[in-house]
Amino acid sequence: MKVPLSWLRDFVDIEVSIEELARKLTLAGLEVEEIRYVGLPIAHAETKVTGLAWDPEKIVVGEILEVMPHPNADRLVLTRLNDGKQEHTVLTGAPNLLGLKDSGPLETPIKVAYAKEGSQIYDGKQAGWELMTLKPVKIRGVDSSSMACSEKELGISDDHSGIIVLDDDAQPGTPLTDYMGDVVLDIDMLPNIARNANILGVARETAAQLGVPLKEPPYDVSWEGPSVDGQVSLDIQEPELNPRFVLGLIEDVNISPSPFWVQRRLHLAGMRPINNVVDTTNYVMLEIGQPLHAFDYDVLVERARGGSPTIITRLPEPGETIATLDGVERQLDDFTILVADTAGALSIGGVMGGGESEVGDSTKRVLLEGAGWDFINIRKTVAAQKLSSEAAYRFERGVHPAMAERGVRRGLEMMGELTGGSVNEGLIDKYPRPPVAPTVEITQSDIQRWLGIELELTEAAAMLERLEFSTEIDRSRLRVSPPDHRLDIGAGVVGKADVMEELARLYGYDRIPETQIADRIPPQYSNPRLEAGSQLRDLLASMGLQEVVTYRLTSPAREAKALASQGTEDRDYIRLANPIGEDRIVLRQDLLASVLEVVARNLRIRERVAVFEIGPVFLPIKGEQLPEESDRLAIAMRGPLNPLTWQGREPSKMDFYDMTGVVDGVLAGLHVGNIQYEPAAHATFHPGQCARILVDGRTLGITGVVHPLVAERFESPDTAIVAAEMDLGALFEWIPERYPVRPVPAFPPVLEDLAFVVDQKTPSERLRILIHETGEPLVVGVSVFDLYQGEQVGQGKKSLAFSIVYQADDRTLTDEEVATVRGKIVNRLEKELGAKLRDF
Amino acid sequence: MQEHLDKLEEQALAELNQVSEAEELRNWKVRHLGRSAEVGKVLEGVRDLPSEDRPAVGRRANEVKSQLENAYAAKEEALRGQELERSIAEEKLDVTLPGLSPARGRIHPSTQTMRQIIRIWAEMGFQVYRSREVETDEYNFGLLNFPPHHPARDMQDSFYTTDPEVILRTHTSPGQIRVMRERAPEPIRVVLPGMCYRHEQITARSEIQFNQIEGLAVGYQITMADLKGTLSAFARRFFGQDVRTRFRGSYFPFTEPSAELDIECFVCSGEGCTVCKRTGWLEILGSGMVHPTVLENGGYDPSVFSGFAFGMGPERITMLKHGIEDIRYFWANDLRFLEQF
Ligand SMILES: [Zn+2]
Repeated sequence: MKVPLSWLRDFVDIEVSIEELARKLTLAGLEVEEIRYVGLPIAHAETKVTGLAWDPEKIVVGEILEVMPHPNADRLVLTRLNDGKQEHTVLTGAPNLLGLKDSGPLETPIKVAYAKEGSQIYDGKQAGWELMTLKPVKIRGVDSSSMACSEKELGISDDHSGIIVLDDDAQPGTPLTDYMGDVVLDIDMLPNIARNANILGVARETAAQLGVPLKEPPYDVSWEGPSVDGQVSLDIQEPELNPRFVLGLIEDVNISPSPFWVQRRLHLAGMRPINNVVDTTNYVMLEIGQPLHAFDYDVLVERARGGSPTIITRLPEPGETIATLDGVERQLDDFTILVADTAGALSIGGVMGGGESEVGDSTKRVLLEGAGWDFINIRKTVAAQKLSSEAAYRFERGVHPAMAERGVRRGLEMMGELTGGSVNEGLIDKYPRPPVAPTVEITQSDIQRWLGIELELTEAAAMLERLEFSTEIDRSRLRVSPPDHRLDIGAGVVGKADVMEELARLYGYDRIPETQIADRIPPQYSNPRLEAGSQLRDLLASMGLQEVVTYRLTSPAREAKALASQGTEDRDYIRLANPIGEDRIVLRQDLLASVLEVVARNLRIRERVAVFEIGPVFLPIKGEQLPEESDRLAIAMRGPLNPLTWQGREPSKMDFYDMTGVVDGVLAGLHVGNIQYEPAAHATFHPGQCARILVDGRTLGITGVVHPLVAERFESPDTAIVAAEMDLGALFEWIPERYPVRPVPAFPPVLEDLAFVVDQKTPSERLRILIHETGEPLVVGVSVFDLYQGEQVGQGKKSLAFSIVYQADDRTLTDEEVATVRGKIVNRLEKELGAKLRDF
Repeated sequence: MQEHLDKLEEQALAELNQVSEAEELRNWKVRHLGRSAEVGKVLEGVRDLPSEDRPAVGRRANEVKSQLENAYAAKEEALRGQELERSIAEEKLDVTLPGLSPARGRIHPSTQTMRQIIRIWAEMGFQVYRSREVETDEYNFGLLNFPPHHPARDMQDSFYTTDPEVILRTHTSPGQIRVMRERAPEPIRVVLPGMCYRHEQITARSEIQFNQIEGLAVGYQITMADLKGTLSAFARRFFGQDVRTRFRGSYFPFTEPSAELDIECFVCSGEGCTVCKRTGWLEILGSGMVHPTVLENGGYDPSVFSGFAFGMGPERITMLKHGIEDIRYFWANDLRFLEQF
């Protein structure tokens, strides 16, 4: 909402600087997002500052005494201009002067905004706001170092269609900044203060914040014509949707452009001037917040076949349509409230008028409407019709029906002035549903409990009175009732909160002290999953993996890319009703598919990628409204194990075992024991290089080398991508609350390497477990350190070498003891797996 | 014989003087101290000498031997020193070649900021409570005092699912209702972190998903002054001890009164710059006293309980802190971005 300072000053005396006012309003919840200077000197403020100051020496009121033809150009004229001190010949191409060029000295001089040589103004010919300085130039042989300005050149509006013609009261020589320098505050009107989206509302807040009186506008009307009674009648059929309707009639209007001061204010407030009747309705709406609608009364009489028209507010007939001012023929919903007459619909109540009864250049009599509408119904209408307007913007935020009468009165008075029309005596006013103002009761302890401040009830009452609440103190209770321009104060405990907000704003957010909560800390709960998740991230990062976070919105087609041999048809997704694009239409179910996309994207810039993501997938549950949000871990790695270096050693590429190594590391880091891998099939993975991750026989997840077809789709046709996915719900169950720590042995271990030749198909893990089991308790560690396949061991065979740690807690082991255990191991492996101890 | 020894000594020492390499030294040792060295022979021959000469010659021969041994040791030491010096000189490295780092992983910047925020709140007794991302319209709006068709709904464009009652949460606030319903009538101090969704076009300034972290305190005597004190304490912990803060009126349907916490722009120190959009202030946090309707919906009697709530965006804060101008970086997962954190 754009608020010109000059307009605000009609209703409140402002003794503080504009910048200080902006600060105060901002703290009170009316955030001033921008201060735009339109002539007045620019100062530092705690907000965005834009605009132009007019040099009082150089930009002044001028008067054009005569408009003369240009010797060499048809579209330019010369003017004889008095700047208050002397006369100049000033060149202009303004279309609004061309017509006067042969009429000799003007009877009434034309008052203009005159910028002398050296003035800084905006360049009217450039799009946007480019500053320029007036320099002496000749245009077609005529000296042209000064000019009469357009609104654009002075930063009032983007209108560059002609020069400004000031009202006649302007005195030549007066610095223009003194005559009409201004500042526009651009205020962000949040829904809770939308009642203030008008000059009067901001003036009321300003007065309350500054502690000065509000000068409410008079709502007097200079009645001139005959009584309005009998000239129009009213029929409200839906009082819940249309609690009030007020009409006034004005005759002998003369449609013409509004005077400059009206045009200027409309422009500064962001509206375009049209003519004196339309401008009046907009002016009143901007000023006090009540939208008005002007009908051409004679059109209504015609539609009533010459009789006196009846205005009816009603719901539409089945199938009824209306052509609105924007030229659209609209289908109406059964809740759309219409303003109609006996011949049919005239406008959509509170939203937009129809074309037929619109005021035009030949309008002589104007019927002026001010009404109150149910704000929820207006919102529904705006949403259903995808149609908004300045009026609807206000009505859908709640305009008190009491404002309808004030609006019509203010409108009639102003329209009479601007159009020279005479206002018929009296109003047609039906008010079937006046809102009931709630009474809210508060105590001093309420204020203390809510805001943490000590405030006497008398002080609180005085503050609220500044916003025109009515107040009454009954011993320890303050009873307050909101004024009849606002609908936002509720009843009961909600009303209490509403009043507390007003008190906080009036007391000043900056004056509220800073304290710490006096309550004791509430019961604390253990949060093992959060801690495990955090630990898991740290473990993965410590192993060289980068955490990523991807979009949770994807498409079945994108997830299908991660499956070599099947689609996603069998997945029941949570689908969006209003996606922003084809590629994000469902909530993901396959975290690894998203992580593979990250791999693909980064392969464009580098060879090596090692990433993981922790986050939910969304699994609908039959018969439940909301899905299961199941946390997963997905890991993907590709390329060299270590980053390439200048030493030129070719590092090995990450393979299956690098992946299971990471999984082992993570699980060991979380103290999850008893991990096993068993061959598995999964559509994302290479059929022979895929394993299920098990703990104590229960599945935690899947890992392996990504299927070559899938890898190719994710930009890695030649190099393996290895990946893993785990269900964190399952994983976290295996994290022990405590784990034992063994003492460091006091006696030396015996280390021994043994190699066995076995069938190629025998999993190494079987050997490892057998060695361990057989050697217990003296064998405390077994690990594979070499795998050999080739001539020396024969076709279909492989050699696996293990390093074995023998250790006793209470003695140094003798060679005999170790030999005995070794013998048992060799025998058992031979018996169970046909393993042969290999000699080197 | 004495002369012989004198000469022997003189000659051996002279030769030793000429030695400059380990090999020569070894040869010298063989010659002069080895098994067939002259000194040895002299010593062996002592017993063949007349008995009166034996002591003097023996003494002298031993003297020469130990003299030569000492000289040898000194020479060996000297040569080793020289050798070390030479090899050190040869081993000089180009210290400007880059180090060979092992692969290093990092935590995503949003997680990092979230952790930092959670840690500070934890110290003030606010525990993490995780709440779901797919929500009902009722939890996301209705129970939070956004009635149907209320203007406040305009402020948040939602993603709807094919079930019209089910939406992607637009804020973490539905978690307020969930934690209250779970804990009522116990007092509460929690933070609710997590992903939220808005129906927007993806641009440098707006995203369809973003993290929020929301705080909620409910108790018997929690005031707006407490809200101000608590949030200021947080701002000092997070942004620095001397940070200037500003509370200003705002609006959220689920709090009343509502307030926005701004901190003085740390880029321009309040002078006005592009980061703070020339205002000198940065919006950090929305907050307010829990609306009585929301307390009631959570199962708390608003005439007995009061509370405050606040919320902030880790991505936005990360962007402000590091001068990041494009929010899309966060989910694009370009390693060149992520590896800077
Ligand atoms: Zn700044």
